[in-house]
Amino acid sequence: MTTATMDEPARDAKAPGPRGSQRRGTTPLQSLRRSWDKHWYAWAMVAPVVIVIAVLVLYPLCYGLYLSFTNANERNVAQNIGPIHIGATYDFVGLHNYWQILSGRDGDFYPRLEWTVIWTVSCVALTYAIGLAMAMLLNRPVRFRLFYRLALILPWAVPAFIGVFAWRLMFNSQYGVFNDIITKVGLPAQDWLGTPFAQKIAVILVNIWCGVPFMMVALLGGLQAIPNELYEAAEMDGATPLQRFFNVTVPGLRPVTNTVILLSTVWTFNMFPIIYLLLGNNTTGDTDILVTHAYEMAFSGGAADYAGSATYGIVILMILVAFSTFYRRQLKTQD
Amino acid sequence: MRRGISAVAMAAAIVLGVTACGGGSGSSKSDSGKAKDPASVSGTITYWDTSDAKNEAPTYQALVKDFEAKYPKIKVNYQNVDFGTVEQKFKAAAQSGKGAPDVVRTDVGLIPEYASLHYIAPLDGTSALQDTGDFMSGPMNTTKYDGKTYGVPSVTDTLGLLYNKEIFAKAGISSPPKTWDELIADSATIKQKVPGVAGTYVNPDSYFLFPVLFGEGADLADPAAKKVTVNSPEAVKAVTEAKKIYDTSSLKVDFASAYDNMQTSFKTGKVAMLVQGPWSVGDDLTGSAFQGAKESNLGYAPVPAGSSGKALAPTGGHDLAVYQGSKNLDAAYLFTQFMTSSSSQQQIALKNGTLPTRTSAYTPEVLKNGTIAGFKPIMDTARPRVALPQVGSLFTPLQQQYIKILQGQTSVQAGLDAAAKEFGKLLPGYTVQ
Repeated sequence: MTTATMDEPARDAKAPGPRGSQRRGTTPLQSLRRSWDKHWYAWAMVAPVVIVIAVLVLYPLCYGLYLSFTNANERNVAQNIGPIHIGATYDFVGLHNYWQILSGRDGDFYPRLEWTVIWTVSCVALTYAIGLAMAMLLNRPVRFRLFYRLALILPWAVPAFIGVFAWRLMFNSQYGVFNDIITKVGLPAQDWLGTPFAQKIAVILVNIWCGVPFMMVALLGGLQAIPNELYEAAEMDGATPLQRFFNVTVPGLRPVTNTVILLSTVWTFNMFPIIYLLLGNNTTGDTDILVTHAYEMAFSGGAADYAGSATYGIVILMILVAFSTFYRRQLKTQD
Repeated sequence: MRRGISAVAMAAAIVLGVTACGGGSGSSKSDSGKAKDPASVSGTITYWDTSDAKNEAPTYQALVKDFEAKYPKIKVNYQNVDFGTVEQKFKAAAQSGKGAPDVVRTDVGLIPEYASLHYIAPLDGTSALQDTGDFMSGPMNTTKYDGKTYGVPSVTDTLGLLYNKEIFAKAGISSPPKTWDELIADSATIKQKVPGVAGTYVNPDSYFLFPVLFGEGADLADPAAKKVTVNSPEAVKAVTEAKKIYDTSSLKVDFASAYDNMQTSFKTGKVAMLVQGPWSVGDDLTGSAFQGAKESNLGYAPVPAGSSGKALAPTGGHDLAVYQGSKNLDAAYLFTQFMTSSSSQQQIALKNGTLPTRTSAYTPEVLKNGTIAGFKPIMDTARPRVALPQVGSLFTPLQQQYIKILQGQTSVQAGLDAAAKEFGKLLPGYTVQ
């Protein structure tokens, strides 16, 4: 990419002025060919990336979109059983799947969406708050600062599923370490994952544990980028620590904040492993977010609903695209 | 956009029809599998084993070696696949035709699903099925779908009532409970006389609800009448009983780690009895209550009976099935035959303590094994589950409602009605009351 951008001005400089006006009069095909002649090297450089993205992202996405307009399930998709080939027999059903979901007729979408939104908002808000607090603590000169920083990044270095299983063991109501501790102190043992409400609190807690290190590192970077002179000037003017926080730190962190909140929202919205692995199979279904619900639809034995699951996937994508667009626009108007 | 029945599909239907004709009656086409001299069959086949990779797999690997020694021209590629993920893996591979095994060890409950999707081959009349009269009828019934045989029974199991004899003696109970009501009464006695010990531990997995359902004559659905029966009055009665057991007799259930906690509590003597299968005994014997010399402390009994008076539990176990798209069907049939023969079954039973499916495999030597001797009489209470292709998907909604019922978030009737409604969506053409 760098080569391409450097190439362009170099050639443009050689080209005389009138050529630019000539170009405006040419047909799109000619301009395309000229662009190819000029930038073929750039195209060749990005081709591998474009191909990989097309295969890994665009093809499944388009196929999912296509399936969402059909009634495909595991009984009517094409089968290639060795020498035996059975053609697909599913039908095009237009927007039926979307209507089923958005009208609330499937009975699952709105309850799942409600919990997904609560889950995302509470996780992102708490993760950000805790991450910021820790970043502020680690930004001041303390002894063993490097050790603290490394220790606090640790949850990030542990693969999510290992962390989640460790939490599951600790939450165990009969043999878990949490209940061992509180019963030693003399408090009654708790059923940490006993009801859907308790399970919801638990998954949020574990997700915060997993998400804080990223927030902390990102915000620490942001804090270090705020010039010290600003704080000194504010202090000279007699600003209290609280005033300095709201008038120097918060505005100074805004670029980082905007990005991490957007990223973290998208991640949390689709955070599959924590909910799926922490709670296991014996759930009432009330703790499923949209993605785990879509997974259940696509992989339940004997009646897997590929079309319904694909529709959920596309709806999730739409929600996130809409959110990102709205969020970016909102930020622009603020600036 | 409508994808009608293409020529390819027609051709496939014909091919399938023809292979299907080969089975059943065992007539003219049936000798296609036998026509070849077994010694002349050659090639490589892949076998997906789902036995426990640490404790059970070595026995199967040894048998694979024996098979290769007997048929030197056939090479077997042994792969151990986790029991929990094999369904997804096999279905994905079978559907695309890429990377599917030739022979797969299959939970008996999955046979109708695989067969209805045409993934596994009908075996009637092939060399895979030998001495079918020797197979016990319970396991043999699990291999049938639509009148044809799609698997060969390898090991069988059912649920029984495992109990701690020492705790029973302390509580002054002479024999294990015969009915669910007796189980509740015995639990109350145990709780009173043996402090710190609970009667049982209810496993919230809906599979373990079957003995209670069967005891009242209830089931998930009635394929003959095309009716969802999970919310029938009998089922409501059964689940009400299950809820009563949970409320009065069970140690507090940890839903996220139910199975592990149940096992730990039982084997360390904190729980007096469990509804469990023979697969769990190996683990029980490692716990302080049944370790070493205390092995005889573990008692085996049939599951308690419901108000129908009959003690019934679902037939479990594993069948060997042959992938319909296998490039080497003859070798796959031979391998299946070898692995399910009486001598192989005896070897598996002796080493792993799992129950054989052939009556001839219950030799005096095999019956010396405590687990096998304990469960052999219980096998009489085993009955098949409904053979529906969608049966796997029915467990999820049932499970969710069952847990809501146990946790008291919904009434038994409302919970089962909700489950029945979900069943109606999954079983096209079935009526829901």
